[in-house]
Amino acid sequence: MVLKTMKKIKENVCLSLLSISLLGGILTGCGNSSESAGKENAAVELLNVSYDPTRELYVSYNELFCKYWNEKTGQDVTVTQSHGGSGSQARSVIEGNEADVVTLALAHDITAIEEAGLIEGGWEDEFEKDSSPYTSTIVFLVRKGNEKNILDWNDLIRDDVAVITPNPKTSGAACWSFLAAWAYQQEQDGQDEPATQEFMKKLYQNVLVLDSGARGSTNTFVENKQGDVLLAWENEAYLSMQEYPDEYEIVAPSISILAQPSVAIVDSNAKSHDTQEAAAAYLEYLYSDDAQRLAGQNFYRPSNETILKEFSDQFDLGMNLVTIEDFGGWNEAYKKFFDDGAIFDQIYEN
Amino acid sequence: MEQQIVKVKNKRGVKVIPGFGFSMGVTLFLLSVIVLIPLASIFLSTARLDFREFWEIVTSRQIVSGYIVSLSCSFIAALVNVVFGLMLAWVIVRYEFPGRRLMDGLIELPFALPTAVAGISLTYLYSDQGWIGSFFAKAGIKIAYTRIGITIAMVFVGIPFVVRSLQPVLEKLDRQYEEAALMLGAGRTYTFFRVILPELFPALLAGFGLAFARGIGEYGSVVFIAGNIPYKTQIAPLLIMTKLEQYKYADATACALVLLLISFALMLLINSIQLHMQKFSKC
Repeated sequence: MVLKTMKKIKENVCLSLLSISLLGGILTGCGNSSESAGKENAAVELLNVSYDPTRELYVSYNELFCKYWNEKTGQDVTVTQSHGGSGSQARSVIEGNEADVVTLALAHDITAIEEAGLIEGGWEDEFEKDSSPYTSTIVFLVRKGNEKNILDWNDLIRDDVAVITPNPKTSGAACWSFLAAWAYQQEQDGQDEPATQEFMKKLYQNVLVLDSGARGSTNTFVENKQGDVLLAWENEAYLSMQEYPDEYEIVAPSISILAQPSVAIVDSNAKSHDTQEAAAAYLEYLYSDDAQRLAGQNFYRPSNETILKEFSDQFDLGMNLVTIEDFGGWNEAYKKFFDDGAIFDQIYEN
Repeated sequence: MEQQIVKVKNKRGVKVIPGFGFSMGVTLFLLSVIVLIPLASIFLSTARLDFREFWEIVTSRQIVSGYIVSLSCSFIAALVNVVFGLMLAWVIVRYEFPGRRLMDGLIELPFALPTAVAGISLTYLYSDQGWIGSFFAKAGIKIAYTRIGITIAMVFVGIPFVVRSLQPVLEKLDRQYEEAALMLGAGRTYTFFRVILPELFPALLAGFGLAFARGIGEYGSVVFIAGNIPYKTQIAPLLIMTKLEQYKYADATACALVLLLISFALMLLINSIQLHMQKFSKC
């Protein structure tokens, strides 16, 4: 018995020594790379902290950008991607994840990083179109045949319809969905807020599972086959369609919202990594024609109008899209709808 | 008895781990770095709130409902685990059968499996479209996305605690007691409840406490199988995570603090029952 424990202790000691030496290796590795980053033509490394559904987009975009940057400056660039729920990704940056750029689902999350002092003010105007190189919207994903005949937001409050959407408190997509539904009903009710709130209450009573992120909800709907309709990012909906072409249909509601995922340089990190130039170019190049087409191919709506028209048979361009400005901007909207005790909490009271 | 042994050893100067000062130092250091300082930081960041704010946050209806869901489900799960854990441990210790060792190893799987994986596969199985869930769905019982589902996930993560705390006690349990009881004319039920169970009770209680505590804090597996609907299936750890996602650190730690205090109080209660029983049995 004692021998056994001794052996275990030895193993443990070996393990900890190993991990310490590994850690040391990583640290010196980091040291080397930051030393060499300053030199001309040495490779530059960028960390792009993004949200869940952009994974596929940035895999292809990074390839495009590396080629472009190498031709332009002769410098090699490697971009590391990190994905997760938009809110938790922002939090990881605040808590010390050394992102050079962030490409998140909503401006609110980037503002949170700004408030932590890592991004300088005025980032919204640093790039074109409010720093949103591509946009998306919220659509309905329904099961093939659309047996429940779900066509617009008012079908979602019917007793026989079960809805899947994530929790707006943790998911960017869910915030956009909530606001889109709100915008629809405001128009129906002639801006009568209590009536709209009642509508939202009915809608959320039909919500079967309130996952914490968009990917979670997609899994619940697609893998676990829960619910009749998924309120989804347009690009996520197309991805699901691509994967299971015979099982789903996309329904575009009459009103939805122009979701503007925002991008920004994390100034203080880029400064200390000496990657400001590359980071700025990385985000700037998102607006180039090639990158805009790539966004379209990945089911994001290009912000360049001309290129958006090239994809007119892919996207329903006739949808009436409200914007976050109609809600007075993100800070305003967040306070009114999603803060603790605000409208989203109220519709669950009693 | 135990105290005497320690004394004798001390007199002779025989110590298994040399250097009381050194080992105590290491212990305190590790305990501080790994347990005490992180816990103290929870107190510290909660201290940013004044008492009124703190009270408002931890007594808000959503948070309280979260505590109730977490506590009630993990309590039921721990009870289920006590019953099934006892049976499992009994089978593994008392019977020889092919695959016994394998079964013994399987019990630890919930420890090793990432909880998210457990959550996803449990949800897949127990949803009304899943293998197991579809049977119950025919009977009109929904498992995934209800409190039943939450409880099942907690049973899954808690079962090793009960089995592993029972096993050594069961192995040491002298079979002569049972034989004597039977020969003296006690029935099976009587033997079990009056002879075997009292011997096992402290270990059962310890296992119960561990499984219960694990259930209260369980997040990874439960969020997938719970529907996460406010006031219905939102567990307390999820609410804490939600607060963090909203960048409300102080609020989150306040809720965590209350959860911690509840768990601590429960553990204290269970330990004191155990202690009381030990004293009682000695007299």
